[in-house]
Amino acid sequence: MSMATSGISQVLVLLDRVNESLTGAQAELLTIAERLGDVSVVSGASAEAAAGPLSIKGVREVYVGEGEILPPDVALVDLLETAVKESGASVILGTDTPDAVDALARLAVRLDAGLITSATGLDTDGTVTKSVLAGERTTVSRAAEGPLIATVKPNIVEALLEGGAAPEVTALPVKPAPGFEVLETAELPKSGRPPLAEARVVVAAGRGVDGDLTLVEELADELGAAIGASRAATDAGWVHHSAQVGQTGVTVSPQLYISVGISGAIQQKAGMQTADVIVAINKDEDAPVFEIADYGVVGDLNDVLPQMVEELRARKG
Amino acid sequence: MPAPLHIITLVKWVPDSQLERRFTQENRLDRSEGILGELDEYPLEAALQIKESLTDREVRVSAVTVGPEGASAALKKALQLGADDGFRLTDDALAGADVWATSAAAAALVRTVRDQADFESDDDAEWLVLTGMASEDGESGAVPAQIGERLGIPALTQAVEIGLQAEHLVVSRISGGAIQKLDVALPAVVSVTDQANDPRYPNFKAIMAAKKKPVSAFDLADVGLAPAETVPKVELVNVRQRAARPAGQVVTDDGAGGKKIVDYLAKERLV
Ligand SMILES: Cc1cc2nc3c(=O)[nH]c(=O)nc-3n(C[C@H](O)[C@H](O)[C@H](O)COP(=O)(O)OP(=O)(O)OC[C@H]3O[C@@H](n4cnc5c(N)ncnc54)[C@H](O)[C@@H]3O)c2cc1C
Repeated sequence: MSMATSGISQVLVLLDRVNESLTGAQAELLTIAERLGDVSVVSGASAEAAAGPLSIKGVREVYVGEGEILPPDVALVDLLETAVKESGASVILGTDTPDAVDALARLAVRLDAGLITSATGLDTDGTVTKSVLAGERTTVSRAAEGPLIATVKPNIVEALLEGGAAPEVTALPVKPAPGFEVLETAELPKSGRPPLAEARVVVAAGRGVDGDLTLVEELADELGAAIGASRAATDAGWVHHSAQVGQTGVTVSPQLYISVGISGAIQQKAGMQTADVIVAINKDEDAPVFEIADYGVVGDLNDVLPQMVEELRARKG
Repeated sequence: MPAPLHIITLVKWVPDSQLERRFTQENRLDRSEGILGELDEYPLEAALQIKESLTDREVRVSAVTVGPEGASAALKKALQLGADDGFRLTDDALAGADVWATSAAAAALVRTVRDQADFESDDDAEWLVLTGMASEDGESGAVPAQIGERLGIPALTQAVEIGLQAEHLVVSRISGGAIQKLDVALPAVVSVTDQANDPRYPNFKAIMAAKKKPVSAFDLADVGLAPAETVPKVELVNVRQRAARPAGQVVTDDGAGGKKIVDYLAKERLV
């Protein structure tokens, strides 16, 4: 596919869910889409729910189904496929969430097209950058034939959206058709802290905290930080899994990441090495985390954290 | 007797992440050595737990892999962990496969293994496909949904809990800020996360027993695919080594380590 020679691209953005306001990742995705071409949005949300948050300058058209279609209902793929035909899109994008990956993966099979997940950059020439092997390498690839279908990671651009008129909402003739029964839906625990993936400061706890989060929480309180964790800490049940940072958890890209009692295995690094500043506290001077830390203290977290908290409080006066 | 159940689990032979991973001249990941992907131990464990919970039912756990000949090592490990038989699809045409090509090959392999399976009972077997949450080298997590699409069955991905209850599969997964617990009839594809269980270690007896378990090898023609049906749809332009973060400053706590960090943060205007 060559976007450069075909004039302005039609870009279709899948938002698998639309809440009262867009998530940070959704706003970023729309910002990226606007740079690539003319944007329309497809969503399984109801027409009423979608119109408000999508009253954005640059969003021309919103496609919805007949009734709310929620993932993992395959009808979402039918809706997506219909919207691709309707919009003539040559670029189809989604957030890098499992539900969007699933819908776009099925679409790629139907359209005989390639799929690139976890993109960290999209260029108007149709090339897509992503990080592979837990961050060891960066690849640049493109669709060999057919449309470009990609999911995009959060925290790669600043979301710059301007409010606009309500978009035109078109209901396509696709109805929900879940092949499953929902037995229960339970909201994930809310921490009262900033959402991890979007936080400016993250304090992350590893096996070194040995089951006691008190000091890490105190430090996070002082800094207004989100709390992250290594898989060792979430596997042990000390922190909820949704706080896990790394290859099989959340990717964060904060201004400041404070790693506490985490060794810094490659799978942990994969989720945090794009932080602007990394501070590490670990009692083992050979811990791999020190290889990527901007500032490291070799010491016992039980000594270092209370002093940090005290010093921060003193400075606040 | 209820109908037999055939659980087909996908496993992948991946380069060991503890070692340096290399690229070949063609910009492909060097796959001359590897291990069973850690993330594939969770679906296998889930399959074994389902099998063990169904004592009155004929249940077979087949481990299947798409990969080079060396991928037999991943199958061997799967057999040691408790899978009953192993199947490998190897074909030169699959080198450099993308998500699309991988799922085409994997779906054809699953179909072949399912169709060829013989059970004692004359009833048609029910079947279930389990995969890891993502491969450790490709990391897309998109193959399970594509297999579901190609086989025309539901795919429930990123399961944090999975069980078979009264002929129904019950799966919990995270979807848009909530945990949804879903009930789905078989057949289905489920990708299982590293949160779902604690994989077992093979014991000596299991390692000895694995030696007697059958392993078969197929090529594309054996699973009914022409090479043209597995041509990648994504083209790799280049691969770069990630720029290393410049080394920072590391100090040893001399009783003022916490204060020094705050001084550093203040200097960087982060507090
Ligand atoms: C496929 C795969 C995916 C994975 N995904 C992830 C992932 O998403 N996220 C993730 O984090 N891991 C992941 N892992 C696991 C990863 O390899 C490591 O096992 C894990 O990150 C280790 O967690 P940890 O650093 O907390 O524990 P450890 O490696 O045990 O390190 C604990 C550290 O704490 C230090 N320490 C102990 N006591 C103190 C103290 N009092 N004061 C200061 N320091 C102390 C020790 O020196 C040590 O360095 C994955 C692994 C695999 C194979």
